[in-house]
Amino acid sequence: MTALLEVEDLRVAYGKIEAVKGISFTVEQGEVTTLIGTNGAGKTTTLRTVSGLLRPTAGRILFEGEPIDTVPAHKIVALGLAHSPEGRHIFPRMTIEENLLLGAFLRRDQAGIARDIERACSLFPILDERRKQAAGTLSGGEQQMLAMGRALMSNPKLLLLDEPSMGLSPLMMQKIMATVVELRASGTTILLVEQNAQAALSLSDRAYVMTTGEITLSGTGAELLRDDTVRRAYLGED
Amino acid sequence: MHELPQNLANGLMLGLMYGLIAIGYTMVYGIVQLINFAHGEIFMIGGFGALTAYAALPHGTSLWLALPVMILGGVIASVLTATAAERFAYRPLRTAPRLAPLITAIGLSIALQQVVWAFYPGAKKAISFPQFAGDTVDLGLFHLQRNDLFLLAAAPLCMLILASFVRFTRTGRAMQATAQDPDTAKLMGINTDRIIVIAFALGAAFAAVAAVAHGLRYGQVDFMMGFLAGLKAFTAAVLGGIGNIYGAMLGGLVLGVAESLATAYIQNVPGMHQLGGGAWANVWAFVLLIVVLLVRPQGLLGERVADRA
Repeated sequence: MTALLEVEDLRVAYGKIEAVKGISFTVEQGEVTTLIGTNGAGKTTTLRTVSGLLRPTAGRILFEGEPIDTVPAHKIVALGLAHSPEGRHIFPRMTIEENLLLGAFLRRDQAGIARDIERACSLFPILDERRKQAAGTLSGGEQQMLAMGRALMSNPKLLLLDEPSMGLSPLMMQKIMATVVELRASGTTILLVEQNAQAALSLSDRAYVMTTGEITLSGTGAELLRDDTVRRAYLGED
Repeated sequence: MHELPQNLANGLMLGLMYGLIAIGYTMVYGIVQLINFAHGEIFMIGGFGALTAYAALPHGTSLWLALPVMILGGVIASVLTATAAERFAYRPLRTAPRLAPLITAIGLSIALQQVVWAFYPGAKKAISFPQFAGDTVDLGLFHLQRNDLFLLAAAPLCMLILASFVRFTRTGRAMQATAQDPDTAKLMGINTDRIIVIAFALGAAFAAVAAVAHGLRYGQVDFMMGFLAGLKAFTAAVLGGIGNIYGAMLGGLVLGVAESLATAYIQNVPGMHQLGGGAWANVWAFVLLIVVLLVRPQGLLGERVADRA
């Protein structure tokens, strides 16, 4: 049984500056896997490379056992990998409904799309209330819900969530984290990138700590929560 | 007394043509943030394509029957040129500093002029373009040149087709998404390379229609006709808010009317009598551009640069 996603010795560079320096990790079917680490550790770069927006300089990325590191981004979506990017990146001048429909861009099953729009709207009721409103008018937290809802519209096998709690109020952050738990329970595999280590680790099956482009520590979420280095570096304890 | 309506009508006709060409500038800019300075030549090549199609028809074919074939010939010539330019000149420079594609566009513009000049039979001088015979059409308050009726019908029709395409088709929505956020569009499964080609092709097709209108209106085509027309259309696109397709048409109309009115009336302003007349038309067109950019740098209908289609 191979993992859903396997990353082997991945290296990514911006010009001469190497942002990811040979990392390996796996995401198992049905689990929540988290990458934590400070700003600039290479977490976002890793996700953007997995979804095809960046090209690795070395290493391999296998999705369901097949290499995807040379597949263009728009075809990776079709394989069942959806990415909710850092900073949300909703389409501000389109309505919420149009944003959700773009998430289902590659699907042709109208009935299934309609059903999944309802699912997204029941997951995030605020989206239902504002369906015909321009997405740019939503608050940060609402935009995050829209970005997650939109990513789910492709019915992905693997959902990449980059910093879903960034810039959100504690209440909104709780809501987003509760949704992650809910999605896991309904069988979606998730690769999560978070700066909020406490929240992320407590809901993760597996977690990796990234420091300046390298994975320095790994374990189950519970193990890392108890780890002294992690507690000092990421949980703000002495 | 009906001098004003006539001047307005002349300006609007000119404006429809500027607007049609301006759509090509604005669509390409909206999606790849490139000012395609070769777009004037794409327009010129549309004129030559239409002329070639006309020449290929049996001698004595009525212009009414020939017109659809000429439009098709022009569209094919322009679209092929534009998509080839995108594929071989601009795409390799997609990630290069922005000056590189800009200089390429200017070079391409000159190259296309010279290719037509050197290789199209008889193109070293202006070549006559077929026109409808007959008087001007009297519409009460003003007259229209018979040959302008084509423009009057074609320009609004093109706008309608474009607006419905962008709003209601799947590819049109993908185009809006690509204009607003290209990376995220890819994450939705949109092949943004394909969308860019479509934007170039659509702009080229409208430029070809404008070139047929230009040929009918002036009765000739020449290899330099894209220079000033392209510059004016670019001005129209900026005036209307570059990146916005409705802005391109609005900018064209405003520019055409301003040019027409300035030509007719500036000389009546005390102390400015020597600045009127056709010779100053281009000056007033660019003065208008400068004034609008000072007051409203984003153009008439422009909003933030990042998210327009």
